[in-house]
Amino acid sequence: MAESFALRVNGRRHAVQAEPGTPLLYILRNDLKLKGTRFGCGEGQCGACTVLLDGQAVQSCDTPLWSAVDRDITTIEGLAGADGRLHPVQQAFVDAQAIQCGYCIDGIIMAAVALLASNGAPSDAEIAQALARHLCRCGTHVRILRAIRAAARSLGQQARA
Amino acid sequence: MSAVVLPQSLKTTPRLDRWVRFNADRTVTVWSGKVELGQGIETAIAQIAADELDVSLDRLSLVAGDTRAAPDEWYTAGSQSIEVGGMAMRLACAEVRQIFLEAAARELEVASSELEIRDGTIGVSGTDVRTSYWDLAPRVDLAREATGVVAPKAPSRHGVIGTSAARRDLLAKITGAAYVHDMELPGMVFGRVLRPPSYGATLASFDAAAVRALPGVVTVLVSGNFVAVAAEREEQAIRALEAARRAATWSEGAELPPITEVRELLPKLPSTRSIVQRHGTPSDNSPRRFEATYSKPYIAHASIGPSCALASHDGRRFTIWSHTQGPHHLQRQLARVLGVEAVDVDVVHEDGAGCYGHNGADDVALDAALLARACGRPVLVQWTREDELAWSPYGSAMVVRISAALDEANRIVDWRHEIWSHTHIKRPGWGEGVNLLAAWHIDPPFPVPPAKDVPQPTGGADRNALPLYAFPAQEIAYNFIADMPLRVSALRSLGAYANVFAIESFMDELAAAAGADPIEFRLRHLDDARAREAIEAVAKAARWRRGEKGDGGRGRGIGFAQYKNRSAYCAVIAEVEARAALKVARVFAAVDAGQVINPDGLANQIEGGVVQALSWTLHEQVAFDRERVLARSWESYPILGFDETPEIEVVILNRPDETALGAGECAAGPTAAAVANALFDALGVRARDLPLTPERIARAME
Repeated sequence: MAESFALRVNGRRHAVQAEPGTPLLYILRNDLKLKGTRFGCGEGQCGACTVLLDGQAVQSCDTPLWSAVDRDITTIEGLAGADGRLHPVQQAFVDAQAIQCGYCIDGIIMAAVALLASNGAPSDAEIAQALARHLCRCGTHVRILRAIRAAARSLGQQARA
Repeated sequence: MSAVVLPQSLKTTPRLDRWVRFNADRTVTVWSGKVELGQGIETAIAQIAADELDVSLDRLSLVAGDTRAAPDEWYTAGSQSIEVGGMAMRLACAEVRQIFLEAAARELEVASSELEIRDGTIGVSGTDVRTSYWDLAPRVDLAREATGVVAPKAPSRHGVIGTSAARRDLLAKITGAAYVHDMELPGMVFGRVLRPPSYGATLASFDAAAVRALPGVVTVLVSGNFVAVAAEREEQAIRALEAARRAATWSEGAELPPITEVRELLPKLPSTRSIVQRHGTPSDNSPRRFEATYSKPYIAHASIGPSCALASHDGRRFTIWSHTQGPHHLQRQLARVLGVEAVDVDVVHEDGAGCYGHNGADDVALDAALLARACGRPVLVQWTREDELAWSPYGSAMVVRISAALDEANRIVDWRHEIWSHTHIKRPGWGEGVNLLAAWHIDPPFPVPPAKDVPQPTGGADRNALPLYAFPAQEIAYNFIADMPLRVSALRSLGAYANVFAIESFMDELAAAAGADPIEFRLRHLDDARAREAIEAVAKAARWRRGEKGDGGRGRGIGFAQYKNRSAYCAVIAEVEARAALKVARVFAAVDAGQVINPDGLANQIEGGVVQALSWTLHEQVAFDRERVLARSWESYPILGFDETPEIEVVILNRPDETALGAGECAAGPTAAAVANALFDALGVRARDLPLTPERIARAME
């Protein structure tokens, strides 16, 4: 049976009506129209649907709606500043032109944001570890890693400034 | 005056106003039939148009792949988008530019040779005598046919071409909605299809009422072996699909081959042998003859986003939004299945997840059309991960046997290359009949059409089977296997991946037999100057030392080809570490794609081509048992992970005065061979069956 849930997404409150076990992915995409969170496998194996739950990267396709209540949910749409300026991680992906088809990228950006929030200067191995649940098929790997390293530097400079 | 031969795209769509329009807001719209697949073509073709028209890139928008408006340019495939689509755009724009120059000359009463165009403003330099495309547009009729007689700009005058313009589609894709998957229409419902468990399975019984009773279910469509559901909410459609799976019983048989090793399987299947090419006199009695057999399994497209389409039906006409590679072909195929005229089906290209060939894009478009007609509401059909892996066509498996003879001077005097494979193209619109999955499942079904491979000079299974090396005698044979145990069609580079893997592995084997350095041995047999330069460039970038040898754990190898023997040249050196598992640490690639439109875009394609080929080469094969394909999730079809990313250095040999050559597929074969040759260099083991998994390497060591 559908029930009413209050969600906090990108700093805004939303009320949704759905069954409690509905994967968060479909709530974000279809009820809240936040389409940057993408369906890839529905099995938590590819990372395309990654969002932040209280700052932690999770796969929204295997996160039930009920478990996201009273937590801060961040999607790719919530990264840019109020003035429309891209988040430094997004900007690093633009600068590195780190996209081919781009379908995996939003989930990877979310994972990178979570990583850099807890580890400002990750090693290559730590970056790879943070992307262990992410897949890219176009082979943009080299650019993606370059963008994340550049984002770490840029965030580090911001923190020191 | 010699007759002008228009490119096919301009023959099909000769009217210039179908290619270029100047809008009242001082922007330009151009239409192309070549669609964005993640390869960056939208940006590259926009650069070509902007340069030829002398307008800035940000004034120009490109509409691609729309049967209502854009030209029919066949499929976006075969690394042809720059070579064919880009050239057509260039000629159309050159002619439009000339027509406007002449109109400006008349209005301004000056000679057209005195005029120059800067960002769309046409005038006499140093004066205020000027007009513009937009001022003239109301009085210039572009509803006229292209003649092809206006020469495009000389490369020395290019300003936008040759620059690394940023991807135009990037920002949308990293901030929110951007794909067909993200579209919505008023009243839209969500569709899913219950595919049979195996290719030949038939629906024995189905309890549709049990599915219809579920919350939100709008339609349960059952026709023959085609079962589809539509529901108000997406999670309801998923529930309905799960229920439909339980409500269906299928009868299936042991229809797949008992042999799963491609090397053993393919030569046993019935085939028709033909000679692709033969020249010279074979040296049958040469004492130094060598032979080796290589194989490549069935490989999946495995895009990260499963195929998706949106369809609406107003009771008479259909509109389909699709990430198809061939909107006009899809339009005609859909019309046949739906029993309507092609003019009653509009197909509009929308971006999808990465496309590497004929995937499920066209199939899901028919799924959506059938559901939209059945429920009278727009339907977004999303394939599941399992649909995508188990039902999309695969890249055909191949076996390649090569033998060659060396003379006393260690030169190859005789070369024989024999292929066993299926077709490498079975697209909707290619050959006869209907190549859409649901069409084979509905009642009455459309027959599965016979297979027909791509003929030379580009070839399908025999693509790149003709070595670029100069041998005094050679014979290339193709054993075409008409029946396909698994569904196959075009996957990036078609047969070139396996042929180049085999040729370049065997060249290394011969170099070893000759006691020669593998690069020197290749150059010994190579006359093509650009090929030699590509190999020399990659050797220089990698600091290759003549005669260098691996150390028992680390090794390097080279692979080279000119894609299709007529597109981009690509030479690759891979450095591997072969200890617990085979790890590719570094890759160097040199590419000659003639005139480079967008250097960073080209580098991105080469990097991506290398990494995707590493994934194929190290990990990928579609497994099957007697009944079913076993590739159904990322666990049963693993691909390369981020922890396996090598360092990659791409060297671009830009040749502004040469024709731009397609480069999207050129890295695949050279990469596979470079890795196998590096493995040999490291361990002295020759692994000839792909993928190079630890088990296969261990077997090769025995």
